[in-house]
Amino acid sequence: MARTRTRLRQGVVTILGWAIALWMFFPILWMFLTGFKNEPDAISTPPHLFFSPTLSSYRDVFAREDYWHFATNSVVISVLATVVALLVSIPAAYAMAFLPGPRTRMTLLWMLSTRMLPPVGVLVPIYLLARATGLLDSRTGLIVIYMLTNLPITVWMLYTFFREVPVPILEAGRMDGATRWQEVTQVLMPLALPGIASTGLLSLILCWNETFWSLNLTSSIAAPLTTFIASFSSPEGLFFAKLSAASTLAVAPIMVFGWASQKQLVRGLTFGAVK
Amino acid sequence: MVTSRILAGMTVLGMLLAGRAQAAGTLTIATVNNGDMIIMKQLSGEFEKAHPDIHLNWVTLEENVLRQRVTTDIATHAGQFDVLTIGNYEVPIWARQGWLAQLRPGADYDMDDIVPSVRAGLSVDAKLYALPFYAESVMTYYRTDLFRKAGLTMPQHPTYDQIRTFADRITDRDSQTYGLCLRGKPGWGENMAYVTALVNTFGGQWFGDGWKPMLDTPEWNAALTWYVSAMKADGPPGATSNGFNENLALFASGHCGIWVDSTVAGGLLFDPKQSHVADRVGFAAAPIGPYGKGPTWLWSWNLAIPASSRHADDARIFIEWATSRAYVQLVARHAGWVAVPAGTRISTYASPDYQKAAPFAAFVHTAIDTADPNGQTKQPRPYGGAQFVGIAPFQAIGTQVGQSVAATLSGQMTVEQALAAAQASVTRTMRQSGYLH
Repeated sequence: MARTRTRLRQGVVTILGWAIALWMFFPILWMFLTGFKNEPDAISTPPHLFFSPTLSSYRDVFAREDYWHFATNSVVISVLATVVALLVSIPAAYAMAFLPGPRTRMTLLWMLSTRMLPPVGVLVPIYLLARATGLLDSRTGLIVIYMLTNLPITVWMLYTFFREVPVPILEAGRMDGATRWQEVTQVLMPLALPGIASTGLLSLILCWNETFWSLNLTSSIAAPLTTFIASFSSPEGLFFAKLSAASTLAVAPIMVFGWASQKQLVRGLTFGAVK
Repeated sequence: MVTSRILAGMTVLGMLLAGRAQAAGTLTIATVNNGDMIIMKQLSGEFEKAHPDIHLNWVTLEENVLRQRVTTDIATHAGQFDVLTIGNYEVPIWARQGWLAQLRPGADYDMDDIVPSVRAGLSVDAKLYALPFYAESVMTYYRTDLFRKAGLTMPQHPTYDQIRTFADRITDRDSQTYGLCLRGKPGWGENMAYVTALVNTFGGQWFGDGWKPMLDTPEWNAALTWYVSAMKADGPPGATSNGFNENLALFASGHCGIWVDSTVAGGLLFDPKQSHVADRVGFAAAPIGPYGKGPTWLWSWNLAIPASSRHADDARIFIEWATSRAYVQLVARHAGWVAVPAGTRISTYASPDYQKAAPFAAFVHTAIDTADPNGQTKQPRPYGGAQFVGIAPFQAIGTQVGQSVAATLSGQMTVEQALAAAQASVTRTMRQSGYLH
């Protein structure tokens, strides 16, 4: 009886899990399917579930814009912004986790509060700074902005992961004569690697999907895939099939990357969750 | 060894950060993703071939993003763009702010060939600030098969009473055929473009003497009552989500009997690749209301040079090329006459090839030619513009009122409540903007 009830509960949980997963995945599936429709089919009411697939939207997208130029920008900007963010965050989080001062907690909260500021509030000052430093429409400009906007999240995440590392292990390293640099690179980082990896992955995804700053600070040279998608929306004329094709091309790399690294991501996010 | 690795790393990093370099003599053109602009981009290789020292860089953005992006750029004198695609709403406002460079087309540029009503909206104090790329007005599209089946005949100049009668006869909700499709999505360039033209022909207007808002007048009430009643009886469900594109999709897929909207839809509805009803589309002039006259609708997409451009001379050469008669001929050769940018050149409408390819051409020409943006409303008005008010705060007040109008359509407000709320919000904004004391 008890076994039957357990099986029933497991079955319900499995169905619920699948339903939630399908519900969350449905917009992506619909976007993927719409990319293979022609324009009238893409906006037909009621929507067509069965249709003759066509590659015409993908052909149009490739003919109209240089996809690889935007994709290269996305990869370079996201990877470098993430690397720089980690290089800055690791020492910052180390200091806050193991050498806290009286204002550490407040500093952490203040860092997080900067994420709550609507970006448009600082658009003009940032735009003027970018213009004055010659960083408008440059990869460097976007890397700096992405790194700075993601810094509160990366510092917080790493701080949380570092706090899970037992202090006696670090002390043992110090007893054996490890310098501060060696303590961080050879003791702390290997122990917190899943956490560092998941912080890096999250930062990468955030950089890849960022739209506001990429639309406002780039025009053509440093424009990433988010501006590539925006260029397919039209005030006059049907565009949903082409927009869906462009969006599929833009999210495909990061989705494949996400799937490939999901084990690390989950391991990192649950790091220290069960003691 | 370590030094050489560091140097190699720094070289790679430098290359990654540099990206694609901007060549000297490069023009950055900011534009929207409309069919005519896409063709211009495709044919721009011809321009580069003729002007090898000028390279073109394209930035295509969604209309509102483009407006915000360009405004930030010009206001901060960043000089990111050399050529802008802007509407006839922005041209006089931005020109007065000193944001646009004055244009002096060369002697070989045929200015007299440009439709006078279109040209009139691009000058301030007799100085020209933009050249028109294409223009549009308003007309009525209808399904000839549905009219035939119902035994109806669409007059060339229908009235709003007739439109309502026809729509009632055509509507068949069981087969998802809706007699009337009109814009319902809130926004100054969405539902308020149509509603402003509707109100004008019902004898209403936005402002009277001394910029006094006139939204609580019987004319606005009559126009909105007609709109709400007709859309509730004959419109598609969820009409408050429908703008130009959504109605285009509904009509092209056979769900609309009548649609009153921009003339630019003609080329799309008659194209069998984009429309399931291409062989069943009829057209007539925009309907008229009790007042009959009044400004109707005139929108043009234009090319202008921001005052902050560092390549103004090259930009002028490009703009003259893209808006010339020769460019129209080039599009006709490459994409066919039906694809040429419409509404700007008299010679386009005089072409027998264009008349043959676009059966709606004469209607569009007449609609644009007669859509005087400075035409008279029933009472004197202090502003210009046909389906918009040519002042900077209109984007805000148009969208505010558009939300109230959408609320009447969705049944959240009565017409009286919506107009009272609109009158109050417009009065407040006009006071804050310094127009009203």
